Amino acid sequence: MTASTETGHPNVLAKAVREGLFAGVIAFFMFLLFVGIETYQDINNALVWRTRWGLLAIFVAVAAVGRFLTVGFIKPHVDRRKLAKAKSGVLEISENKSFFHRHFLKIALVFLLVYPFLSLLIVGKQGSLKYVDNFGIQILIYVMLAWGLNIVVGLAGLLDLGYVAFYAVGAYSYALLSSYFGLSFWLLLPMSGILAALWGIILGFPVLRLRGDYLAIVTLAFGEIIRLVLINWTDVTKGTFGISGIAKASFFGIWSFDTGSANSFVKAWGLSASSVYYKIFLFYIILALCMLTAYVTIRLRRMPIGRAWEALREDEIACRSLGINTVTTKLTAFATGAMFGGVAGSFFATRQGFVSPESFVFLESAVILAIVVLGGMGSLTGIAIAAVVMVGGTEVLREMSFLKAVFGPDFTPELYRMLLFGLAMIIVMLFKPRGFVGSREPTAFLKERRAVSGSFTKEGHG
Amino acid sequence: MEYFIQQLINGLTLGSIYGLVAIGYTMVYGIIGMINFAHGDIFMLGGFAALIVFLIATSFFAGIPVALLLLLMLLVGMLMTGLWNWTIERVAYRPLRGSFRLAPLITAIGMSIVLSNFIQVTQGPRNKPIPPMVTDVFHIGGITISLKQVLIVIITAVLLFAFWYIVNKTPLGRAQRATEQDRKMAALLGVDVDRTISITFIMGAALAAVAGGMYLMYYGVASFNDGFIPGVKAFTAAVLGGIGSLPGAVLGGLLIGLIESLWSAYFSIAYKDVATFAILAFVLIFKPTGILGRPEVEKV
Repeated sequence: MTASTETGHPNVLAKAVREGLFAGVIAFFMFLLFVGIETYQDINNALVWRTRWGLLAIFVAVAAVGRFLTVGFIKPHVDRRKLAKAKSGVLEISENKSFFHRHFLKIALVFLLVYPFLSLLIVGKQGSLKYVDNFGIQILIYVMLAWGLNIVVGLAGLLDLGYVAFYAVGAYSYALLSSYFGLSFWLLLPMSGILAALWGIILGFPVLRLRGDYLAIVTLAFGEIIRLVLINWTDVTKGTFGISGIAKASFFGIWSFDTGSANSFVKAWGLSASSVYYKIFLFYIILALCMLTAYVTIRLRRMPIGRAWEALREDEIACRSLGINTVTTKLTAFATGAMFGGVAGSFFATRQGFVSPESFVFLESAVILAIVVLGGMGSLTGIAIAAVVMVGGTEVLREMSFLKAVFGPDFTPELYRMLLFGLAMIIVMLFKPRGFVGSREPTAFLKERRAVSGSFTKEGHG
Repeated sequence: MEYFIQQLINGLTLGSIYGLVAIGYTMVYGIIGMINFAHGDIFMLGGFAALIVFLIATSFFAGIPVALLLLLMLLVGMLMTGLWNWTIERVAYRPLRGSFRLAPLITAIGMSIVLSNFIQVTQGPRNKPIPPMVTDVFHIGGITISLKQVLIVIITAVLLFAFWYIVNKTPLGRAQRATEQDRKMAALLGVDVDRTISITFIMGAALAAVAGGMYLMYYGVASFNDGFIPGVKAFTAAVLGGIGSLPGAVLGGLLIGLIESLWSAYFSIAYKDVATFAILAFVLIFKPTGILGRPEVEKV
């Protein structure tokens, strides 16, 4: 260990002060116009400005102090720990894990199964609506979408920036077919999956010859095209107004969740009317759909097609030399991913009762891709954790009404939701570029099955 | 015929703006092989910097000449976004250089979300209109050309010339081209690669800021989510022209501008963005390297 990495060493401190001051100066000029000046419309609707020096000072101070602490204390600490780790020779993935670590999946599954009743028990009927719907269902939808995208990006190594298009196809399939033809949810759920898969094949066929970033851009373009068609084809999709009054899912046709219908669920069971039963029912549907996605992914990885996907991700040229048909292999990955997106979409439509093109913007694709990469591509557990942290975290922000007491009544935490989401994306990526879960379990192995570091797997070139 | 020429002029104006933004995409892609998703939002920041300078300048000096005002707006915008893009590269992209390919793409998408939401939070979500700055209009035959269109095309041409000169005739440009061709070899031959990449980001941002300022002057309104659609179109332009190729970016920008205005004029305004994206898809499917791009050699 060299002397300069010691904390409190004058060299380090002097450097930290210098860097902190530098960061402060940079931050002052960066934020001078955008934070120091506020533009707003006055009573005559003309644009005027006023200064906000206090806020600017806070921004500059945060940047300067943050940089000072990073250079002076955090970085030397991290360096020392890395060095100590390297000296002791402990591998990144240790074999002996704690009880919680080993049985994590079982614990998580049991927790999810009892979650709605737990929240019902603790916060009552009205209170649990929020926890089951905003947290439970919302997060699980993203888990399913991210697991679906994981097949395309994580397993086959095809970068898809327009995944939300298939989500939209599924949602509109359900919304249109149920409102025009009165088909039921249970019929349309698989059908919208099939329709989305078909779209995946139609869109994928011409573009899958492309590689890497080109594929990413074309998928982005297709995602935008589908959204723009949904906005402009007003005769069918009602444009930006969206389709409302979408039919609810029924309890397999036995009981209905519409209030006032003859075979209503609450009447049949003699319960007091509340929408919480429907939400709990939806929670279990999406949980089952997520489990199905995970099951299919795990099984497919052991089948020849799944191995072909992973081989394609590792080395496309070797695959072609070995006689794997890259076009059909890529197409199946694309279509399978699209199918899960479509199923999630039709679930989304029945849960919201309303779809509009607003829900299918590029930002959604970016969020889903971010969850896949932040969780660790190819790792189902990691992706689920990332979905909980990123989606749940931003939902928690909605609930923080106590912040109003701190920052004044004008403070709306929702405004900062996406800002913090973006910052979290950057920070997580900087510190854990291989995702939350750094280990992968290869499907093929030589002698014994063991986890390897995520940096051994390739990310594919499209 | 007059209608056609009119649309051609409108398309040329729009295309100039796209072309300037596209250069930033294509340079960054060429030099570090990364799609800088935040570049569209840098364009938006440039517009906002110009807007704020406009407000301050007009409130202090009511009778400021328009030429000086415009110069001030564009210059401050260039400095501001140059500083921002320099910082962004240092904070979010440089630590991930050499990491796997998707990592900087994710931070770039994150940065794009951060920038647009930062402006939404600090400046408010409403559209920001400014009074028209340049109102002179020339009539030639049945064609109307506004002075601001002429200004946009002239400023773009001057900047492109300056830019072409820097890239092709100066030591800095030589370092940039060397870094683009082979980063490791350039470093071995004494090129300060980090510095070159930083300067590339600053140059791209400065061009985007000018585009943002002119966009504000042309449409008279700025909004926090202005970055996305023009950003994607400029990226389309860069790909259409052949990504990594500077003349390609300009050519692509002009083509996208022309396609957009002609499509709106003769087919349907509602589907003008669909036309842009569809053309992008067609070009990539049939000629993935774009119009002026070099073919990518596949190596084992």
